[in-house]
Amino acid sequence: MTLQSAKQTQSATDQQAILRPTPRQQMIVRIKMHYSLQIGASILIAMILMAIFASFLVPHDPYAQDLSNRLVDPIWGSTGTWDHPLGTDSLGRDYLSRLIYGSRIALMIGFSAMLISGVIGTILGVAAGYFGGRVDAVISFIILNRLSLPVTLVALAVVSVVGSSLEVVVVVLGLLIWDRFAVVLRSATLQVRNMEYVAAAEVLGASFPRIIFKDILPNISNHLIVVATLEMAHAILLEAALSFLGMGVQPPLPSWGLMVSEARDFMFFKPWMITVPGVALFLLVLAINLLGDGIRDVTTPEGRN
Amino acid sequence: MLMFAIKRLGLALLVTFTVSIISFSLVRMTGDVATAIAGEGATEADIEIVRQQYGLDRPLSVQYIEWSGKILHGDLGQSLFFQRPVSEILAEKLPVTLTLGLLALGFAVSLAIPLGVLAAVKPNSLIDRISLIIAVLGQAMPTFWFALVMMVVFGVILRWLPVSGSDTLAHFVMPAIALGYYATPAIMRLTRAGMLDVLSSDYIRTARAKGLDTHVILFKHALRNAVIPVVSLAAVQLGFMLGGSIIVESIFSIQGVGHLALISIERADFPVIQGIVLVLAVFYIFLTLLADILNGWLDPRIRIS
Repeated sequence: MTLQSAKQTQSATDQQAILRPTPRQQMIVRIKMHYSLQIGASILIAMILMAIFASFLVPHDPYAQDLSNRLVDPIWGSTGTWDHPLGTDSLGRDYLSRLIYGSRIALMIGFSAMLISGVIGTILGVAAGYFGGRVDAVISFIILNRLSLPVTLVALAVVSVVGSSLEVVVVVLGLLIWDRFAVVLRSATLQVRNMEYVAAAEVLGASFPRIIFKDILPNISNHLIVVATLEMAHAILLEAALSFLGMGVQPPLPSWGLMVSEARDFMFFKPWMITVPGVALFLLVLAINLLGDGIRDVTTPEGRN
Repeated sequence: MLMFAIKRLGLALLVTFTVSIISFSLVRMTGDVATAIAGEGATEADIEIVRQQYGLDRPLSVQYIEWSGKILHGDLGQSLFFQRPVSEILAEKLPVTLTLGLLALGFAVSLAIPLGVLAAVKPNSLIDRISLIIAVLGQAMPTFWFALVMMVVFGVILRWLPVSGSDTLAHFVMPAIALGYYATPAIMRLTRAGMLDVLSSDYIRTARAKGLDTHVILFKHALRNAVIPVVSLAAVQLGFMLGGSIIVESIFSIQGVGHLALISIERADFPVIQGIVLVLAVFYIFLTLLADILNGWLDPRIRIS
């Protein structure tokens, strides 16, 4: 082999290296191929926009009662009119307006509860994974305790004593659902902790906050995002369930769970009344879950399996 | 094996102890129990009498020791509303909830394992995609809403099943499905992943090379090994179901522990509430203990690590 041909193969591999897509480009390609992620993201963005611009979108005041127009059918029903596209509830309030305002409550509670539980779970999980030993034993014990408590029951009991309001529901849910954050981030941190770059940082004398924020957290952030979406969906479902049982968001706030609960008395005659808020809830949770699954697929090479 | 079992048992007992403290302090931390018992419109003097009558004026540690001492003798205290021992009421209600939980688990397992196996045998086939869609949709469906929709469709429109009560097995069909479907996706994914793992192993290749019948390979060699982690997941899910039955029981008017919990919360019947929290937590702790020991027995790799 002459020197020239060796140089040629060298430049060929260089060229290949240049032409090969960067990790970011690869990820964008994977996102473009991932339809369920796109569907989930679109629905979620639409719901967030709906929540932000609720006051411009609603045809009526969601709290305004009109007792002469009670239980009007939606547009596809026999007595439906365009004035109330989704009909009215038992107090004559416009169902579409309440549905739109309901997205604010679902997203707000889901996001805030997820944030609280995320902070608690991340601190516990990262500390257990990073320090190991006794710290890990104690934190794993705390996680075991939390897992053995029935969430719905404890949430109901606490809310009933403290008094139910939007803020109480957020705090109680946030304090209860951090377990998955802790479990997942613990094992993710354990993996990253054994990487050579962490050992290198330790040898260089980096302080442990620096290692955690610069080396560990960036490398477990994909797990964090995936759990965050799952837990946000979980919190939204729990809030709806609590409100449905009358121990969550209180009337007249338009929570979707509360709307289903209020429509329960009429569901045999007017099934659309439970269908409409139920479908909204289902779509929102589905969108968040699809987004979370999608993020996991595009950020981890092994993906679904 | 014995050491492993003893270690796990010790941990379970320790968790039981801390959980008993949590369920004891839960109601006390969040509000004044005496005020709750005395009811609305009670004067300061009334509350003081209640406090003395129930021994609530003594230090919390004394109250806890007395309470836990009684529990060791099987005495969970006296219900404020029923004026009967809590253990007696629970003994009446537990069989109903256990029946519901086991039926729900039976439903989840009998749907999830075949789908998981089929999905693993033909990855990325139509059946794999359909089972994935079932999993994604199932996880987004709010339990209470799914229960109500089933009630309208199968109870009222088609009139196939009774909508409330717990007298016959037919009464349990819809509640068991409503409670069980939520566990289906998790069991299915784990079965699929386990089967994929096992099917790519050397001994399956040997079995295939020997010319063994595909059914024998699948059910005798592969499924047995793939199902080990599923057993422990199923035990954990049963624990979650017992805690989550509160919503389903209240919708279908099943007189089980969940229903009891809800009415006791509404009546501030705190001895019953803390009794239920404790009993459900202990169930969960011992189900996971059983699962771990079973796993360790079936799979020697677990008990060594």
